[in-house]
Amino acid sequence: MSVAAEDTVTEAPAVEAVPKRAMTLGTGTSLVILAALLVTPVFVKNFVVFQMTMVMIYGIAVLALNILTGGSGQFSLGQSAFYALGAYTSAVLMENANMNYALTLPIAGLVSFGAGYLFGKPALRLTGIYLALATFALAVAMPQLLKLHFLEHWTGGVQGLTVMKPDAPFGLPIGQDKWLYYFTLAISVAIYVGSVNLLRSRSGRAFMSIRDNEIAASAMGVDVAQYKTLAFGVSAGITGIAGGLSAIVVAFVAPDSYTINLAIALFLGMVVGGVGWLPGSFVGAAFIIFVPNIAESISKGLSGAVFGVLLFIVIFLVPHGARQVAIVAQQMLGKLKK
Amino acid sequence: MELFTNQVLAGIATGAIYACMALAVVMIYQAIDHLNFAQGEMAMFSTFISWQLMQWGVPYWWSFLLTLAISFAGGILIERLLFKPLAKAPVLTNVAGFIALFAIVNSVAGLTWDFTIKQYPTPFGSSPFLGSQLISTHQVGMIGVTLLMLIGLYLFFQFTRIGLAMRAAAALPESARLVGVNTSWMIALGWGMASAIGAVAGILIAPVVFLEPNMMGGVLVYGFAAAVLGGLSSPLGAVMGGFLVGVFENLAGTYIPGVGNELKLPIALALIITVLVFKPAGLFGRAIVKRV
Repeated sequence: MSVAAEDTVTEAPAVEAVPKRAMTLGTGTSLVILAALLVTPVFVKNFVVFQMTMVMIYGIAVLALNILTGGSGQFSLGQSAFYALGAYTSAVLMENANMNYALTLPIAGLVSFGAGYLFGKPALRLTGIYLALATFALAVAMPQLLKLHFLEHWTGGVQGLTVMKPDAPFGLPIGQDKWLYYFTLAISVAIYVGSVNLLRSRSGRAFMSIRDNEIAASAMGVDVAQYKTLAFGVSAGITGIAGGLSAIVVAFVAPDSYTINLAIALFLGMVVGGVGWLPGSFVGAAFIIFVPNIAESISKGLSGAVFGVLLFIVIFLVPHGARQVAIVAQQMLGKLKK
Repeated sequence: MELFTNQVLAGIATGAIYACMALAVVMIYQAIDHLNFAQGEMAMFSTFISWQLMQWGVPYWWSFLLTLAISFAGGILIERLLFKPLAKAPVLTNVAGFIALFAIVNSVAGLTWDFTIKQYPTPFGSSPFLGSQLISTHQVGMIGVTLLMLIGLYLFFQFTRIGLAMRAAAALPESARLVGVNTSWMIALGWGMASAIGAVAGILIAPVVFLEPNMMGGVLVYGFAAAVLGGLSSPLGAVMGGFLVGVFENLAGTYIPGVGNELKLPIALALIITVLVFKPAGLFGRAIVKRV
């Protein structure tokens, strides 16, 4: 009972096209937000500072997924695996090789980039649901692999690894949490700017052409296979850096922190933030960090249901995520100016 | 050889569970073109409904029929209330909706029936089948019911008007609308049927894995994997995929050294991906040819 006619005409791509310009905020808005982020820690408690740091870290990971899905149109449920890889690379280097925490991040990024690039090769043949399953398999396998017995010497097995939380350098008079906040902020800004520029570059245009129409892209001379694996690699690399940062900030890594639930959370963050809209990544990250807590505070027993309902409300109101809110706001501002 | 036959038999027995679930997965994929992540949770909820009916003294087969009706109606209701408004939203937003539904159903079931595991009766008995310790009459019954459902679905899709309309709505929605098929209701019908098939799967699986809100977590993963392996466009493929995954998983656990229960799932998934790399449309699926 197979479906009859299967040679459908070119259907709409799974990920809708986002024009290049619509991918970012304006310079003015960006600077205002950056200034606000710089000042905030002075006024809030350490725990809030820690949470904001986590939002930025998840934001980087969601941004990485956004480059892959929103940029090149490939879907991944395996981001948690690259996140774990980055976190473990950082933690192992800090613990076993006594490396400076900041220096472990580029290595975490490189290792994850390599893993992502290699994974992207066989995944080339898969699209849509099939790619989702392949990446899903990666996410499911990762915690099990980290628990493997012969790796225990480095990974600490099920127990995981505890790492030292770094102090502020040069004797700066700020606490660890605040220092890590600024450290993460600097890296987030660097990655954000880098990603924006990447998507505006020749490679970024190649990603987007593949997303919008693969056949047309290859007819225009875009090396589809090369750019698809590259997108996988870049996305995995950035996710790895986010993972490494999380290892430093949380000061603990364990296999069960990086299950498929993390990958699903990152995916939700991308949808809530708006697929293909880079600033939305951080809005989405805030959603996946704060909303479960809000749900818990509303009802302990039904926290899952409350979370689900809140998520439904968000996607009902703004099916295109935070991007839609930003567009509407922009239009209203435009009207006010007239 | 003895060990091999036994492991294959045991694999077929677990494979029947996956086949059941895979059938429900393919059903809804045919109707709505997405994999419904909440399918397993919906099946679990249906199973709890039938359990509750039996607790209230309804006989097994009546509760079975009632549950099917309730699940069918529930599936349609979910589509009308939650997913019809999202029909025009991007695909990924729909997927987020499935995840939300998953969280809601799981949490509500947990609160209503709590997380302790419950025994679930079987109509087939659980004595060994033909003297084999590895496969029980329940599991044979399960395979039988799965095959019956498969034949039923085949007849429905191939020989009834409404089955034809559903296929048309799934394959070429615009053309189907032009010839007067109400595609929107066909989707709702697909949800209802998938939900009912899921309920059957849940009811058959529950005696083996026991009834609790998280019972479907592992099963659904295998169900998806089986459906994808067999080819999402083919219900027969999904069922075959289910058995194949079950058998392979068991054999890998037995013969590959160092593979305990922990690594069974990753290895099964790795095999499926290897198959997909060579046959991207699944073993039994038809390759989708795109005309530009």
